[in-house]
Amino acid sequence: MMSLPSLGTLSLLLAIPVIGAVVLLLMPRRQTKALFTIALLASSANFLWSLSILNQFDGSKGEMQLVERLPWMPGFGIEYIVGVDGISLFLVLLTTLLMPLAILASWSVKEKIKEYLFFMLLLETGMLGVFVALDLFLFYVFWEVSLVPMYFLIGVWGGPRRIYAALKFVVYTMAGSLLMLVAIIYLATRHAQTAQTMTFNLLQIYDLRLPFNEQTWLFLAFALSFAIKVPVFPFHTWLPDAHVEAPTAGSVILASILLKLGTYGFLRFAIPLFPDVALAAAPFFMALAVIGIIYGAVVAMMQADIKKLVAYSSVSHLGFVMLGLFALNMQGIQGSIYQMLNHGLSTGALFLLVGMIYDRRHTRLIEDFGGLWKQLPIFSALLLFVTFSSIGLPGLNGFVGEFLILLGSFAVTPHWAAAAATGVILGAIYMLWMYRRVIFGPLNNPENQKLQDLNNREILILAPIVALIVLMGVYPQPFLSRMSASVDLTLKRVFAPQTAPVADKEATAEENEEDGR
Amino acid sequence: MDVNLIPLLPATQVLLTALVVMLLDLFIKEPEKGLLAWISLLGLALGAGETVLLWGSQESAFGDTLLLDNFALFFAQIFLGVAALTILSSIHYVRQTKIHEGEFYELILFATVGMILMAAANDLIIFFLGLETMSIAVYVLTGLWRASSQSSEAAMKYFLMGAFATGFLLYGIALIYGATGATNLNQISAYLVEQPTDWPLYLVAGALLLLVGFAFKVGAVPFHFWVPDVYEGAPTPVTGFMSVAVKAAAFAGWARIVLHKLSPLDTDWAVPLWVLAIATMTVGNLLAISQSSVKRMLAYSSIAHAGYLLIAFVVGEEWGGLPLLFYLLAYSFMTLGAFAVITSLTDKEHPRESYTDFAGLGFKRPFLAMAMSLFMLSLAGFPPLAGFAGKFYIFRSAVLSGHVSLAIIGVLNSLLSVIYYLRVIVAMYMEEGGAEGKRFGQSPYLYIAVAFAVAGTLYLGIVPSKALEWSRISYFPLD
Repeated sequence: MMSLPSLGTLSLLLAIPVIGAVVLLLMPRRQTKALFTIALLASSANFLWSLSILNQFDGSKGEMQLVERLPWMPGFGIEYIVGVDGISLFLVLLTTLLMPLAILASWSVKEKIKEYLFFMLLLETGMLGVFVALDLFLFYVFWEVSLVPMYFLIGVWGGPRRIYAALKFVVYTMAGSLLMLVAIIYLATRHAQTAQTMTFNLLQIYDLRLPFNEQTWLFLAFALSFAIKVPVFPFHTWLPDAHVEAPTAGSVILASILLKLGTYGFLRFAIPLFPDVALAAAPFFMALAVIGIIYGAVVAMMQADIKKLVAYSSVSHLGFVMLGLFALNMQGIQGSIYQMLNHGLSTGALFLLVGMIYDRRHTRLIEDFGGLWKQLPIFSALLLFVTFSSIGLPGLNGFVGEFLILLGSFAVTPHWAAAAATGVILGAIYMLWMYRRVIFGPLNNPENQKLQDLNNREILILAPIVALIVLMGVYPQPFLSRMSASVDLTLKRVFAPQTAPVADKEATAEENEEDGR
Repeated sequence: MDVNLIPLLPATQVLLTALVVMLLDLFIKEPEKGLLAWISLLGLALGAGETVLLWGSQESAFGDTLLLDNFALFFAQIFLGVAALTILSSIHYVRQTKIHEGEFYELILFATVGMILMAAANDLIIFFLGLETMSIAVYVLTGLWRASSQSSEAAMKYFLMGAFATGFLLYGIALIYGATGATNLNQISAYLVEQPTDWPLYLVAGALLLLVGFAFKVGAVPFHFWVPDVYEGAPTPVTGFMSVAVKAAAFAGWARIVLHKLSPLDTDWAVPLWVLAIATMTVGNLLAISQSSVKRMLAYSSIAHAGYLLIAFVVGEEWGGLPLLFYLLAYSFMTLGAFAVITSLTDKEHPRESYTDFAGLGFKRPFLAMAMSLFMLSLAGFPPLAGFAGKFYIFRSAVLSGHVSLAIIGVLNSLLSVIYYLRVIVAMYMEEGGAEGKRFGQSPYLYIAVAFAVAGTLYLGIVPSKALEWSRISYFPLD
């Protein structure tokens, strides 16, 4: 299988959306149908192409696969290196799957479609790039590239407070990422001092084991950036604003994929690069995760706006992901990767459903609804199904992820796991309560009596998600087996014995001056 | 005594062009004056061609007072390019605002001659001559829009402040001459190496005065007070020219004289420069946030960028040389592009440079708005654009040389700058109204200039290797 020439597979994955975006720019803006078709074609083609990655991927290996390397700024050790492993594989597939669905769900966007689709495609490349970049510089570039299109999507096509929400989103994210940039430069510099080569190659920098003190500062810089993105409890305040103001597809992408960039960042960068500090800080992060789980759930329960409720439920669900990550064992991390996918599917579907009802009724307030079961049977059935997935009903995907996470964290700190388990119960309460108020009861609002049920396009959008929810619920093995080798490798990096302390800073500095220029 | 004239070639080329334009201006009637722009562009292109041919040479002339090396050629190319783009983007503008076309082009060319001499000077006196040639031309350019009282005010202010700064500079040169007995940089440098300690106090004082003079010219805090008013009052293309070329010329002189030749004095000004760098970027960014005019905002942001550039001087030439040159190159494209877009909004009566004037541009003039967004994102330091690459190498040099605190303060400043740069994008794309009933400049030449700037911003951001190498071989063969 590996004898296939793999050079170009991932690069093409990154290139297809950009090509689509450039074609869009050259099209006349009047022809909205054609614009939609091109965007849909580009994103669907990318999904099909990503399936070939799944095909080429060897699940028994933990190392990076399909690696491509090209010198970019050779004098500075900056390379274009991309690759996937069991951790990023399914996140890539999630991205490519949700993108065409999100575009298909953007039918209700009527204004400035050309720019809208342009930014959607650019966003896809940015997010995919974060998942496959193996050079710290390249990673940072994609990290920021994924920010700008989202800024436009919220700011131009969002709700009434869109400008405020968009700026808040950018400033919060940048505040973390700029410090991370300094940390990346510092890390590469320290690596150059010890290993005599200037490089930003992540796989080489993994081998660098800095003293605890330095690790602490660097970890903090990385962790702040990722914690804002996830968002971990005290850094979550940008999220409700961004979600509520974003257009439907924006919310879907934001919740399903952009938030995962943060958790992925922890797993790929912050934890294995600074293992000593990550181990020391694990109890702290588990505590924050549990606070996030319960806080998110309680606040979600109090919301009057369905979209805001789903937004806060994300804070709660991402808390589970963080809890699993910092359990730092096989079950915990596997569970949290699984939960990233689950959250991507179920919350994505929830935002899609909220968007569909909003398109019809132009309100998202729970109190405006009631008794929709009678009028919208398909909608109600799908919402019920996704609600069950979201609250972790056994037999559906959410259960597998939450179960693994609780299993993993119970092995480390039983009390935190127990506290987190209450979050599962709270999750069931707020979701089902919302469902009861929206779907059951008398259908006495005359506006609701005229609503149309979902059309074929909308059912088509949700069908693949529903299928995956079931598949991942009853047959998790193909997913978990492809993750385990890579998770194992990451854990080995974390628990590797501390090597000799790095050589003194001054002793090697001079030898690197040539590279430095 | 044989006289080597080759080092003067690019400057002479531009000077001759200016004289030709000046003469022809007398004979060409009003509607055909556009021809002068093309003659000027031709002269600049010839000059640029000469710099390419001369690339790699290492010569000196006139008793070692003038050098022709890659450093001088690198900057000459920047000046020629900036002058050309400025002329391209103002062909329509000068006609609309009834600025005398002949004078406008001549003065741009004369200023360019001065700049080329500044970057090539190996003698403080020659440097001073170049500086004055440039400055006087730019003072006049600032006040050339005679219908605008703001323009006249700006010219007066600029002239007074500039004269003041020149005084500092000249006094510094005099003190250095007093201490070392030379104005030639090689001799001064030799003196400093021979006598590594035990300098007379007035030598250090002279060097610090020199520093103050430079700080005035680049608009570093606390010598920045003239910048906003002058930048706002000057005709927009001239503001672009000033904020790029004049600044680059001052930095070129600063780099050759202070960073390179006077490097033994490093220890004396490390601390003042550190303070200057941080104050400049922080004050520039904080004041830029509260502006309501985009042009004025860019004036403050140019102060902030001078602050980032000063990091290169703090870290010393070994680390700072390359990033300094590369940053100036990147900065030229994005800033010039931004001013070209503002130029396109001008109509006869109104300068139209406030945020509200940009409202709706995004969908009325998609190309200009997209270009402006690129320039703003690049200035704010978003990858993969030129501004990010520039900042990356500057901050990297700070980290490499052990000034991590400078890098952290630098990135926090970048965060501040995001707030006001994005406001332009907010106005263009997210705010309604304004655009209806407005006419926007349709000059095809301006579009060409903007397209050049876009190409440069993208090129330097995505594949900077060549330009980095170019910056490296321009700085490091300095003898």
